[in-house]
Amino acid sequence: MFSKEKLESIANSKNQWEEKILNPTISKAPERKRVFTTISGTPVERLYTPLDISNFDYERDLGYPGAYPFTRGVQPTMYRGRYWTMRQYAGFGSAVETNRRFKYLLEQGQTGLSVAFDLPTQSGYDSDHPLAVGEVGKVGVAIDSIEDMKVLLDGIPLDQVTTSMTINAPATILLAMYLAIAEEQGVSFDKVGGTVQNDILKEYTVRGQYIFPPEPSMRLTVDLIEYCFKYVPRWNSISISGYHIREAGSTAAQEVAFTIADGIAYVQSCIDRGLHVDKFGPRLSFFFNAFTNVFEEVAKFRAARRCWARIMKERFGAKDPRSMMMRYHVQTGGVTLTAQQPLNNIIRVALQAFAAAVGGCQSLHTNSYDEALCLPTEQSVTVALRTQQIIAEESGATDTIDPFAGSYYVEAMTNKIEEEVERYLKKIDELGGTLKAIEQGFIQKEIQESAYRFQKEIESGERVYVGVNKYIMDEPPPTNLLKVDMEVGRREAEKVKALRASRDQKRWKEALDKLREVTISGENVMPAVIEAVKAKATVGEICDLWREVFGEYRPEAFI
Amino acid sequence: MSQERKIKVIIAKPGLDGHDRGAKLLARILAEAGMEVVYTGLRQTPEMIVETALQEDADVVGLSSLSGVHNYFFPRVVELLREKGLNDVLVIGGGIIPSDDVEFLKKSGVAEIFGPGTPTYEIVEYIKTHCRKR
Repeated sequence: MFSKEKLESIANSKNQWEEKILNPTISKAPERKRVFTTISGTPVERLYTPLDISNFDYERDLGYPGAYPFTRGVQPTMYRGRYWTMRQYAGFGSAVETNRRFKYLLEQGQTGLSVAFDLPTQSGYDSDHPLAVGEVGKVGVAIDSIEDMKVLLDGIPLDQVTTSMTINAPATILLAMYLAIAEEQGVSFDKVGGTVQNDILKEYTVRGQYIFPPEPSMRLTVDLIEYCFKYVPRWNSISISGYHIREAGSTAAQEVAFTIADGIAYVQSCIDRGLHVDKFGPRLSFFFNAFTNVFEEVAKFRAARRCWARIMKERFGAKDPRSMMMRYHVQTGGVTLTAQQPLNNIIRVALQAFAAAVGGCQSLHTNSYDEALCLPTEQSVTVALRTQQIIAEESGATDTIDPFAGSYYVEAMTNKIEEEVERYLKKIDELGGTLKAIEQGFIQKEIQESAYRFQKEIESGERVYVGVNKYIMDEPPPTNLLKVDMEVGRREAEKVKALRASRDQKRWKEALDKLREVTISGENVMPAVIEAVKAKATVGEICDLWREVFGEYRPEAFI
Repeated sequence: MSQERKIKVIIAKPGLDGHDRGAKLLARILAEAGMEVVYTGLRQTPEMIVETALQEDADVVGLSSLSGVHNYFFPRVVELLREKGLNDVLVIGGGIIPSDDVEFLKKSGVAEIFGPGTPTYEIVEYIKTHCRKR
């Protein structure tokens, strides 16, 4: 972008500025700190100039929105066409209560649904299982059978509303229930849109909701991906997630690097199955975090898009540009919320959501200010949704595409994150790929090291956390917290027992026998899972069948 | 003369909750403070936690929960410890625990609850002050 002569001239004038203007000032009034760093610990320079992006090539590095390498965004018009999907993650108690929250959110202008399941559902246990005691309906909605799914989606038109489901190890089962309910509503599979997380690898590294060992888990993941591109073409069959990697303590660059490493493993598994990259590639989606340093986050999103596009094109030989587009959901950083002075979280969320918007997300969840204390109340979730609406409709952030492009700082930071991602990917390749890197604890240890560094910075006061290590106040204990009582667990347990007693036992047994057969033979399990859920097999029963065939994952804890 | 025995701590994740950033961090920081630390990993039942405490002859059991199950799991761990005669094992807890649950947990025998944002050196100090002496 700059000629060699121009760069030399800028280098000279910068030197002069430092000598004549800057240094005298610093000698009189030193800067606040010796080294400035981002939340991720990346050094930040005093001033960025063309010298920091001296190799910058506009067409090669940025190009245009909707075109390779998609640095500036995945759609040609971005938010001038339509805003991102405003999608609040919600679920608690029973299907009845969650359905009520969904309808409230849709009435308030939310444009898509996002289901939080409780931990028994996510780990493949029914509500009456001994390991489910105390957990039913706590961090999400309890779904045992298709009957619960029917109540959850009651009155919601599945041909108009898209739904994201945070479900991983049992993703095939919950998707099967969703599809079966769509069919009951008279909506054909090709009209149904949404996402399942279906990202098992990060469960082993950071999120902990695994059931089966990696190999059979990857098979279920690929079964779902394959089924979707054949029969549910509008469905995002995986949401490869960096969100939880960041929550566990990673830096921004590690978030992108380990997410893309997982992505590479999924693409390779699909190719190994014999699927063509341009068949499933366009339906892969991603999920990232957004922290409070707006500049670093925007650079991260741009770097992530560029890296993924290059990997899909160069490493996997994709030809269809849609396979190279990194489309993603963002959730603001849960771990950045403080229990102290909780209203301050509204401001943190606003900055994070602004970064997500300026960074070019396709959908967004804004956290509620009370989430370091409890599940969000109706009031706090409304503020969170309004935050998105204010950014979209008042701030001007949506009127032009990729507005930070060309900032010397943001471009230099984008390059820096990209370089670090490439270094990590090379290292992971050297270790024998993502699965090997996970087995050896490499990814886990890198993340934990960053979490440790951050904790030390907070405790030494080197990094300020308002209300936590600076500007501390005495506060009365918070009130108006949402709680789910133990009664939900007892009710759900009774309900699933009653379902088991009343269903058509013959149909149920035949469906599970068929599922066992295809599980062992290696055929795609999806059709048999759909039949099993229609025959009212429960999440726990199907997972138990798979536990028998696949075994259970027993983790090693890396510290 | 025997050397002074190190304080032995079990850090445990009861239930199905997968959030273990805090548990792992604390395990590392307690070890750096000179304690001997065993981290149980995820998905522990109260029985498993108490069994580990018994086998390891632990002085302290630290329970971490971010999924809202503390009112069930924490008292249950205390109860089982006491059944096994481990009366002077110090039980502490952390995670997302609303302040109006703290009183109930303390009545149930949990010595202290450390909420989000607690500096880890406060936990180190607390353990050193309140742990049984031997």
